[in-house]
Amino acid sequence: MPGKLKAKIVAGRHLPVMDRASDLTDAFVEVKFGNTTFKTDVFPKSLNPQWNSEWFKFEVDDEDLQDEPLQVTVLDHDTYSANDAIGKVYIDIDPLLCTEAASVISGWFPIYDTIHGIRGEINVLVKVELFNDLNRFRQSSCGVKFFCTTSIPRCYRAAMVHGFVEELVVNEDPEYQWIDRIRTPRASNEARQRLISLMSGELQRKIGLKVLEMGGNAVVGYLQCFDLEGESGLVVRAIGTACTLDKLSSGSAPNTNTHTHPNTAPASNACNSPSKDGKEPVFGEDLLSSSGPPTPFRALPTSSSSPPPPFSPSKPCSRQSSSSDTDLSLTPKTGMGSGGSVGKEAGPLKTLLRQQTQTALEQREFPFFTLTSFPPGFLVHVGGVVSARSVKLLDRIHNPDEPETRDAWWEEIRQEIKSHAKALGCHAVVGYSESTSICEEVCILSASGTASILNPRFMREGCLDIGIADHRFEEPSPPSCGFCHIPYDELNMPFPAQLTYCYHCRRQKVPDVLFTTIDLPSEASVTGKGCLIQARLCRLKKKAQGEVNATAISNMLPFMEYELHTQLMNKLKLRSMNALFGLHIQISVGENMLLGLASATGVYLTALPAPGGIQIAGKTPGDLSNDHISTIQKRINDTIAKNKELYQINPPELNEELVGSPIPEPRHRSRLFRSHSESSDEVSELDLSHGKKDAFVLEIDDTDAVEDIHSLLIDAPPPSGFYSCNTEVMPGINTWTSGVQMFTSVRVFRLSNANLTNQGLNKIFTDLCENLLKSFYFKLRSMIPCCLCHLNFTVAVPEDELIQVAVTAVAMTFDKDQTQEKPAEKPITKGSGDTEEQLQFSMELCADSSLANSQPPSKISGVPESSNISSRDRCSTWLELLRLKAHTIRRGSVKTISSLERSSPLPDGRSRSLRSTRSFGGTSVTVVKMTPLSFLPGTRIIKYLGIINMFFIRETTSLREEGGVSGFLHSFIAEVFAMVRAHVAALGGNAVVSYSMKECVFMENPNKNQAQCLINVSGDAVICVRESDPEATPSMTNSAQSCSSETDTAT
Amino acid sequence: MAVELDVFVGNTTIMDEEVYKLWLDGYTVNDAVKVRMEGGVMEECEASADVLLSDTMDQYRTFQMCERLLHSPAKLANQLLFQITPHRQAVLIERYYAFDDAFVREVLGKKLSKGTKKDLDDISAKTSVTLKSCRRQFDNFKRVFKVVEELKGPLVENIRQHFLLSDKLGRDYAAIVFFANNRFETGKRKLQYLTFQDFAFCAGQLINNWTVGAVDHMVEDMDVDLDKEFLQELKELKILITDKDLLDQHKSLVCTALRGKTKAFNEMEANFKNLSRGLVNIAAKLTNTKDVRDFFIDLVEKFIEPCRSDRWTAADMRLYLTHYTNSAHILDTFKHQVVWDRYMGVIKSCIFKMYHD
Repeated sequence: MPGKLKAKIVAGRHLPVMDRASDLTDAFVEVKFGNTTFKTDVFPKSLNPQWNSEWFKFEVDDEDLQDEPLQVTVLDHDTYSANDAIGKVYIDIDPLLCTEAASVISGWFPIYDTIHGIRGEINVLVKVELFNDLNRFRQSSCGVKFFCTTSIPRCYRAAMVHGFVEELVVNEDPEYQWIDRIRTPRASNEARQRLISLMSGELQRKIGLKVLEMGGNAVVGYLQCFDLEGESGLVVRAIGTACTLDKLSSGSAPNTNTHTHPNTAPASNACNSPSKDGKEPVFGEDLLSSSGPPTPFRALPTSSSSPPPPFSPSKPCSRQSSSSDTDLSLTPKTGMGSGGSVGKEAGPLKTLLRQQTQTALEQREFPFFTLTSFPPGFLVHVGGVVSARSVKLLDRIHNPDEPETRDAWWEEIRQEIKSHAKALGCHAVVGYSESTSICEEVCILSASGTASILNPRFMREGCLDIGIADHRFEEPSPPSCGFCHIPYDELNMPFPAQLTYCYHCRRQKVPDVLFTTIDLPSEASVTGKGCLIQARLCRLKKKAQGEVNATAISNMLPFMEYELHTQLMNKLKLRSMNALFGLHIQISVGENMLLGLASATGVYLTALPAPGGIQIAGKTPGDLSNDHISTIQKRINDTIAKNKELYQINPPELNEELVGSPIPEPRHRSRLFRSHSESSDEVSELDLSHGKKDAFVLEIDDTDAVEDIHSLLIDAPPPSGFYSCNTEVMPGINTWTSGVQMFTSVRVFRLSNANLTNQGLNKIFTDLCENLLKSFYFKLRSMIPCCLCHLNFTVAVPEDELIQVAVTAVAMTFDKDQTQEKPAEKPITKGSGDTEEQLQFSMELCADSSLANSQPPSKISGVPESSNISSRDRCSTWLELLRLKAHTIRRGSVKTISSLERSSPLPDGRSRSLRSTRSFGGTSVTVVKMTPLSFLPGTRIIKYLGIINMFFIRETTSLREEGGVSGFLHSFIAEVFAMVRAHVAALGGNAVVSYSMKECVFMENPNKNQAQCLINVSGDAVICVRESDPEATPSMTNSAQSCSSETDTAT
Repeated sequence: MAVELDVFVGNTTIMDEEVYKLWLDGYTVNDAVKVRMEGGVMEECEASADVLLSDTMDQYRTFQMCERLLHSPAKLANQLLFQITPHRQAVLIERYYAFDDAFVREVLGKKLSKGTKKDLDDISAKTSVTLKSCRRQFDNFKRVFKVVEELKGPLVENIRQHFLLSDKLGRDYAAIVFFANNRFETGKRKLQYLTFQDFAFCAGQLINNWTVGAVDHMVEDMDVDLDKEFLQELKELKILITDKDLLDQHKSLVCTALRGKTKAFNEMEANFKNLSRGLVNIAAKLTNTKDVRDFFIDLVEKFIEPCRSDRWTAADMRLYLTHYTNSAHILDTFKHQVVWDRYMGVIKSCIFKMYHD
């Protein structure tokens, strides 16, 4: 059934002069949707035309409404020759298709031309009337809400989290079609922009269909990416997390996070069982039967007996298998495992719980979640980072309608991830993201996430609503440290690890170091502040072609991952921290080098043991003078001490005696997987076998190693008054004030020296990143005290000797005085869900733990060698493991590597909007704030208006005249911001949250005075009001609601 | 090995006022970096020279991109490219249109033409304002001049509305436009001691009292052109010096009032006729464009210099002119009181302003 799209062209302003003779313009407008075009009259001789056109009406399928953008072209009328195009505006009308959203888009849009940039503005009004469509075979999915935000959007409540959705579409890239040789660059750019707009519309529609099939009504953490494969085509792919969201009434909106049950009892609702009507929260007795039928998905027809096909049949390659064939021997136990394998664990009930959950999740093809932060209680345990990479050779996509090859590639990677997670004893992967790096015909596909165990409550219908805490099963994990507890079986660990009893609850085992791709859970208790930690690596590679090249690259990957990991670990220790959040490792491929950049936010988790120091050792005693070693050692110790002070890491002392035997000894930290666990209180002998040692040993066996150590020490801490992190917010800072400055910075570095060594390259790359950070601090110094949040670095090798680094982040001010106090309170408040007894207990513990910490350093000095060896061992086993899994596929070879990683999922798409209340901002132009975070400090989001997902190309043939490459890119980025703001304002919004620049491809040819750049950005358009402004909410919401109800009836 | 491309773009455009000033003053990027380093910003944030260079280049680029908008400041408010707070916009505009007194003094009263623009090198050398800055200031004058030239309504208001300037700056520009339009001579050596502010004040007086706009509020050029009728009427004042009786009568009235009130009384008495002739002759000649141009030089030569050589104080001057003006009202046969007041009101305040070292 169709809908009716109506558009009205009101006026233009600031148009460029198109007629030199009169210094004026005779402008008219073409409005095009699908194949229908309307024109306005010519408004002669004006730079500020007032067309005030009639309503142009398009009667179209809702499928088209989802796929197509409305295309508005402004032209200059010329009596004698062809009309000259001034520029275009593409308006995504998807936001109008959602019932909860706006019924109108209205505002000034910049008129954009791919050659000249922004050329004036045009005022457009767009409305949609949708007719209800009950056809169950429909191809459209109007009404499904999309969010880039990787947490449950603030004014919603997750009634149910359905799980992973993915889709990809492929096409030929117009830039590489034969016709491109004869058309103008403008025509070619426009063809590309339009195609990508169409493809992303289609993609979103298809994902929407899957969501509807699953019974959901929204996609959260929507991440859409483009792969510009050059000759072989154009791929647009997206992943996200399907959810059923309920809108919170305006009153409770601000408390999104508090409304649910404390994460007390995952066990209680352990869902099990085939309860046919999902609503009945039956647990307990029939738990055992769970291994049978799947937990019902809400989307399914309810009968649990039918095999759950969670994905639409149209999806290629959908598999049912839960225990994947890629599982290698390392899988300690599968979810289906019999009670026996888990016997050591706390008790049968917990085992059951695990089984239930796993069962529930394993029914899904991929138990992945693109979310990075969760409702309280959702995340039970965290295992560690899992990642997989695969090198592929691209070949032409012959049939755009059958994207099987690409699908199959991702399918493989996802299976890898799934089996890695399983190896960690985890049934799910959170903070999941996918990315690619392409150079010529080689493509590296990467996926990463955090293996974890989730509370099944959220996957079951109705469970959330009932505050069921079935006290028959006591949840032993105290809320604030539960996620740190290992999920795997300590007798059967997937890798050697040092376990200790949790420093918070003392009941469960925790690892000595925890790496994750997610944000710090809100309940986690942290000592001191966090900081950005980056590992940077450059590796030269011979130029090669085809398969040889692919093999070379895939052989290098494990070593790069290993080295990045070692760097991260060292830097973490140097800062005296024990956990990484938001880990994102990017490996970028160029013709003659590979770049690796790992970013994460380090913190000191109170529940984890204090990290040991770093011990320097010569390979053999005579190798290097002891003086030299001791100098370095001293520098390192000093740095650690300084960092402790800088980041206010003063863990409460923990007395070893008091704690007793179960304090195990952290040793090495190169752990790849980490986890959470429910392991029992009793078993502790195992750990002891590792001996007590607290030093991490670095061996100086050659000059390289010396260099490495130097480079370790190079990272300058942020200047005072600044903090930085790549997670949403800085652990340890809670007092945000309203200052917000989002920025994008791009640097391209040209390597002039052809004879560079790996060392030299590393140095250059490190300096590049460090200098960028320094520049940020300097530029933003007026905001002190402030924190750079969500620092998202993207590296690329656009040409042979170029390294490109693009950063998007937000600087936020905070109130310094209050920060000091909060961290201290935090551990205490954390425990609130617990009984008082527990609370006290935990406090004592905290106090104890720092005591113990103070001891270790003195003991370190001993035994460097041996521990060092064991760390190597561990790594090598790990590498072997990887090797085991690596297998060649088709033309390319595949290697997968599990490691820690995380990427910030920044999805995109488009969505619904609402009627706009343009009451913000005093000037004639609405002020639109932008942030990569999911919120704006000091404000409350009262309405999500839909996804912003925009793709622009800009090209110039007069590079010098536009100020060189910097001038060109500077104005382009400014233009992109302007267009995003204009679209948000036209939807009635005043902010963009979860903003990200996902693509910034820059190419230049200075000799020809030419350059081209492609940028893809996305985010969620929202309306927010000041928190202190209680009045605004109801009124605005009301107006919004009344609008949406209008739409409702229309639908 | 070099940074080939380096940009930083904030959602809210970041502008450092110090760098803006350096840019406006026409410093090159490298010179600006030097100045900033000497200014000590580096210590503020542990920055290096590279960081400073990168920041300065970014800011310069931003300013260059904004410059187009600054040419028609009204656009700055509703353009979409840069998100700049209204307060910041006002600062940008105000600073962009600000000028150096030394520079403006050189071009005041000159025709804002290409010819003058060619002389900017010399002016730059003379005033040690960089050529770049001279050009900007000159172009600003010209731009404002062109825009308001053909507008109806009060000059200051027009300038303020079109260029969103503060009241003070609006008045200064009105003065510049007024001087350029009437081509007042300000460059002679004898006038060198006068500052731009002296002239701006005088221009304000002339605009408010002697232009067409002083009587009719809706004519074109109302504030730019002097009121021709008024200038004609000024000729009538000649009677004050041609009629011997009147002159004597006037003198005795003034002297009576002044006696004993000032040390310079003797000089005043002795010079009365000369001074009065000077002022009235200036009035009578103003119908000639040439003499209008020489208005200020005449004031100085015919009135201010004689008084100064007689060592009148500013208070003496005040006293004298007040009585000189008021006494004319008592003269029975003098019928041109209104014109006299309109004339002397301006003359008085101009001379007060101009009477200094």
